[in-house]
Order: sequence, then C-alpha cells, then structure tokens
Amino acid sequence: MREEPGLLDYARRWPLRLMVGTTFVFLYAPLFVLIAFSFNDSRRTARWVGFTLDWYKAAFADRELIAALGNSLTIAAATTLLSLILGTLAAIALWRFRFTGRAAVDGAFSLPIVAPEICMGVAMLIFFARVLPWPVGLPWPLNLGAIIIAHVAFAFPFVAVVIRARLASFNREMEEAARDLGAGPWRALADVVLPHLGPALVAGALLAFTLSLDDFVITFFTAGPDTVTFPVKVYSMVRFSVTPKVNAISTLLLVITVILTFIALRLQARATAEKPA
Amino acid sequence: MGTIIEFRNITKRFGPVVAVDDVSLTINEGEFFALLGPSGCGKTTLLRMLAGFELPTRGQIFIDGKDISRAPPNRRPVNMVFQSYAVFPHLSVLKNIEYGLRMDGVPAAERRARAEAALSLVQLEGYGERMPDQLSGGQRQRVALARAVVKRPRVLLLDEPLSALDAKLREELRFEMSALQDKLGITFVMVTHDQDEALVLATRCAVMNKGSLMQVATPADLYEFPASRLVADFIGSVNLFAGNVRSEEANHAIIDLPELGISAWLDHGTGTSETVQLWLALRPEKVELMKRGTTDRPPVMEGTPPGYNVAAGTILDIAYLGSESVYDIRLDGPETGKEGKRIRVIRPNLTRWDQEDFTWDEPVWIGWHAEAAHILQQ
Ligand SMILES: Nc1ncnc2c1ncn2[C@@H]1O[C@H](COP(=O)(O)OP(=O)(O)O)[C@@H](O)[C@H]1O
Ligand SMILES: [Mg+2]
Repeated sequence: MREEPGLLDYARRWPLRLMVGTTFVFLYAPLFVLIAFSFNDSRRTARWVGFTLDWYKAAFADRELIAALGNSLTIAAATTLLSLILGTLAAIALWRFRFTGRAAVDGAFSLPIVAPEICMGVAMLIFFARVLPWPVGLPWPLNLGAIIIAHVAFAFPFVAVVIRARLASFNREMEEAARDLGAGPWRALADVVLPHLGPALVAGALLAFTLSLDDFVITFFTAGPDTVTFPVKVYSMVRFSVTPKVNAISTLLLVITVILTFIALRLQARATAEKPA
Repeated sequence: MGTIIEFRNITKRFGPVVAVDDVSLTINEGEFFALLGPSGCGKTTLLRMLAGFELPTRGQIFIDGKDISRAPPNRRPVNMVFQSYAVFPHLSVLKNIEYGLRMDGVPAAERRARAEAALSLVQLEGYGERMPDQLSGGQRQRVALARAVVKRPRVLLLDEPLSALDAKLREELRFEMSALQDKLGITFVMVTHDQDEALVLATRCAVMNKGSLMQVATPADLYEFPASRLVADFIGSVNLFAGNVRSEEANHAIIDLPELGISAWLDHGTGTSETVQLWLALRPEKVELMKRGTTDRPPVMEGTPPGYNVAAGTILDIAYLGSESVYDIRLDGPETGKEGKRIRVIRPNLTRWDQEDFTWDEPVWIGWHAEAAHILQQ
C-alpha cells in the first residue's frame, strides 16, 4: 500500500525526484554513450550495429596510444607521491609553526589552485624554455621530468588543502600526550599526527592522481614530441577523426579511475573504523 | 616530607597577556596539591609549564632540586592527565597504556605486565583490547590515568580531570582518585575551578586570581581563615561587613560594624589599630537564627557579653535544600526606615520539622558566637 509522503519526505515528492533524475541523466548519459559505443561494431559512433571487442584490440595495437597511456600513468604515480610528501609537509608547517610571512606563504600555496590553468601552462612553457631547460633525449622515464614537475606544482596545493582541513580537527593534546609520555617531536608526529591524517592522505593521493592523469592544458604546454600523454594523444587523434578506438581506451581509463577510487574509499573506511595498530 | 617542586618567580606572558605573574610556590613530596581559581586565572598555564608545554617568560622551575625550566616534555619526571583525556583513538586501551613504556624502551613482556597492572589499578581489567571509542567518558578518564601512572612519574599532573563528567560519576571518581593517590604515594598536582573538588581532594590548595597566587593553605584553613575577601568569597559563600576596631585587648576585641549599627565581640585580638579598615567575614552556617516577637529581649550569644553579635532582621526568602535551608535576611540596620544589609544564613534541618520553624516575612534575631567570625584586612 502506498502512503502519502510525510512532510519531510522530500525524496518521495516528484519535484525532487525529477531534479535528481535529470541530474543523473546529464552526469552519466555521456559516459554511458562513450562506453556503449566502444563495443559498437561500426566505424561511426551514431548508430548501434552489433557487439565487438575489435576497438579494444585496435587500441592495444596502437603503440603510440599505449605509450601515451604509460606516460600518463607514470606521471600520475610520480606526481601523487611527490605531491603527497610536499603537500603534507606544507600543511603541517603552516599548522604547526608561527613564523613571519606565514600568511604570505599560505596565500602563495593556494595561488596554483585559483590561477587559470592556461596561465599556469604558459608560465610552465616559459619556465622550461628559459629558466630550467629540460634536456631532450633523456631515457624514459627521465624525459617526463618536466611534466612531473609541472604537475606537482599544481597538484600539491590541493593535497595541502585537504591535509590542512583534516589537521583542523586534530586535538593538540594528543600530540602533547605523546610528548608527555616520552616521545620526541618527530616520533609524536609519526605516532599520533600521521595516523589522524590517514583518510586525508588517501583523499589527497586520489586527488593528485586524477588531477595529473586527466590534465590537458598544462601538459600541452610542457609536453614534447616524445613525451605525449594520454589526454594530449587523444586530443590529436580526435582532430583527425573520432574513432571508437578512443572510446575503448577512454573506457579503460574510466575503469582504472573507478577501481582506484573504490580502493581509496575502502582504505578510508578502514582508517575511520580505527582498527588496532 | 621534602620539597619536590619549586616555582621560583615564574612569569608567563602571551604577547600582552600576563597569564602567570611572578608566582613562587613549593610543593611537597606526597601532597595532593590543587591549583584553584576562576577560569582564565592562569592555572592551566602554570601546570603546562611544569609539564614542559610552555616555557616560562621569567623564573625557574625545579623538580627534585634540578632546574627543568627549559627541558622538553619527554625529559621530565612528570606525566599528565589531559582535560580532553587525549587517549589515542587509533590504539587499543592496552596499547595506549604501553605507549609511554615503549618510548622508554621497556621490554615487551614487562611492558605488558605493567600495563595490565595499571589497568587493574583503575578497575578496567578485561578492557585492554577495546578501542577508545568503545569506552564511556569515565572509562576513558581512567585509561588516561592509567597511562600516566604506569610510567611511575615523580609527579602526576591533572588538568580539570573530572570537569567533563556528570555529577554522579564525578563524585565516584573523586574517591577513586583519592584512593589511588594513597596507594601510589605519587605527588599529585591538580588544576580545577571547582572549589568542592579542591576541598575534597587536596591536602593543600593554591588559590589563584589574574595570574597571581592569593593564598596557599590547607582546605580547612582556606575556608576558616581566608587571607582576603577574594579568597573568602571564592571558597564557599560568605557575609562581609566593613568595620573598625573599637577596643583591643589580648584576649578579645570589639569591632564596630556601622552597616549593621551594632558591635561585634571577637574571641581574639586583631593586632591592628582603630584607623585600619577591616572586614568581618561570617560564614552562613555560623550564624544562628532565632525567633523574635515584638517585645523580645535580644538573646546573648556564647562567649560574648549581652548586647554583642546580635542583630534584628526579617526573613526575605527561604530556599529549602533538604539537608539544610538557606535564609536570606534583611537586617533592620542602623537607621529606622532605611533598608539595612542583607545576610545569608544556613540552618541544618536536624529534624523533619525544622524547615517549618521559620516562614517568609517573619521577624528574627540573628547572632553569632565570639569564635564564629574571621577578620580580614584586605
Ligand atoms: N597559548 C596561548 N596563547 C595566548 N594566550 C593564552 C594561551 N594560553 C593561555 N592564554 C591566556 O592566558 C590566560 C590564562 O589561561 P589559562 O592558564 O588557560 O587559565 P585557566 O586554566 O586558569 O582557565 C588567559 O587569559 C588565556 O587567554
Ligand atoms: Mg584551564
């Protein structure tokens, strides 16, 4: 039997349902189309003909595309690691210490977050052309160095923001208790502050990884002919023609991202459950 | 017993704020010492300087004769129970208690044995594997206590240890803390703004105000012989009347109390002269309440000649508290027609009918014995 929706049962009233439904359509319909047509047995991405895995085979056979994907994943992994270290240290320094120019440093850290990406891209281009020319012809993965530096520069402030938000909920007396019980300053940091940061570290890593993986603008300005990343490669492929090969490899990327997010959320849930150390 | 802690001319500033102002204080071995004062008076800051979380702006702190003013917290023979308990949320109860021993490099087997012993000391046997979020507030407080005492510190510091608990639990834990201190023989230094807590637990108290020490004494002396109006008012409640010495002898003194229009007879000399401004401090339970008809003669109070320590008044308000009743009384005052001072009187309800003895607007005599009042000079 259907009951009348209660006064606060917003979810059971049609305006809200309509809004939620529309939102989901706009969010997921394009992704659904992308995935569906990666299995479509037709060159054109307009009409469903039949199921095939040919586009995946074609994508994996495309050495350049796979190399670009490898570059992107490598860059993302390196960026994640470096951003995590830099971002955490920056956040702890800003939280822990009072020093002259603290506000200025704080502002400087968040500048890359608000600066338009195109400006960052041009700035990186000039930086690597004039200030720190990255040697060409280095063996892989050292040739990715410039892109990694550029990515870390815009990704680590995001990590720092996430970590700082978490630090705000940290009870200082915890750290003092560790010191009181005999821990030195670094020991207390590692034993008490870092465990508290666990979920934020996972979230920050995820953020840095995805920011790096799908960055186009900044990478476009720093990438050379032998350091093409996945988004840049896709862009150049699409300029000639949109083939379902692009759909196939994009679907793969989507799956990787979803799996990573899932793992991250699981880790985070476990950290929050506070199991014995 | 010897001195264990000495604060020597300790001052602590936070920018323009003087949190602790030139405090000198010694604490003896085995004492349960309480730092008592209103919120913001600097008690926590003083305790934190002892633990090593703040460095004094000026002055020195000694423990066992050693200057530890600038030693880091992990190099001091003291341990602290924090106001928030600060039990590590990601470690089990046992791991929490073992933490300090691990920092000291105590071998695993001994560590476990001592932690278990500490756990049973605070009556939490069997809780070792629990996580802190599975404990109640009172249990977490015990874990914090066990974690601090398991290191066998020379001094245990407690910052408002019971303030976060409800009244019933607070009472229970008071007795437990007292018993624990007896058992361990460790010197306890406790910060509290709760005067009852200090009076019940402490063997000696320091009353602080605005960063300065007002008085250091046993709880009974603080209550019966406060050094100033401020202390008298902070510890319990008190009636204060301004006055001057009229006559001073070796074994008694007479004080004029112009606000009351009467004179008070004391059982001791005051050691001051007529020109000195004094205050007579009278605790509410030390004032007697008597019936007054329209023609009654004033009663004579013990230890005083007729005509002293007695005043007429009218009951304004009565608060029945079960074990006692509190009466708010308006004294008739020196000038007829003008409203006089008010005085608070506490009367124990010794039988089940005592609370019916007096009623609102009833004319009464109030009086006090020669030994009841205390004279303050500041
Ligand atoms: N870290 C600090 N920075 C600035 N001012 C502080 C700090 N700690 C305490 N104070 C100030 O010092 C004074 C005493 O504080 P505290 O010792 O905490 O008082 P209590 O414990 O008696 O309530 C207060 O005015 C407080 O605002
Ligand atoms: Mg305090």
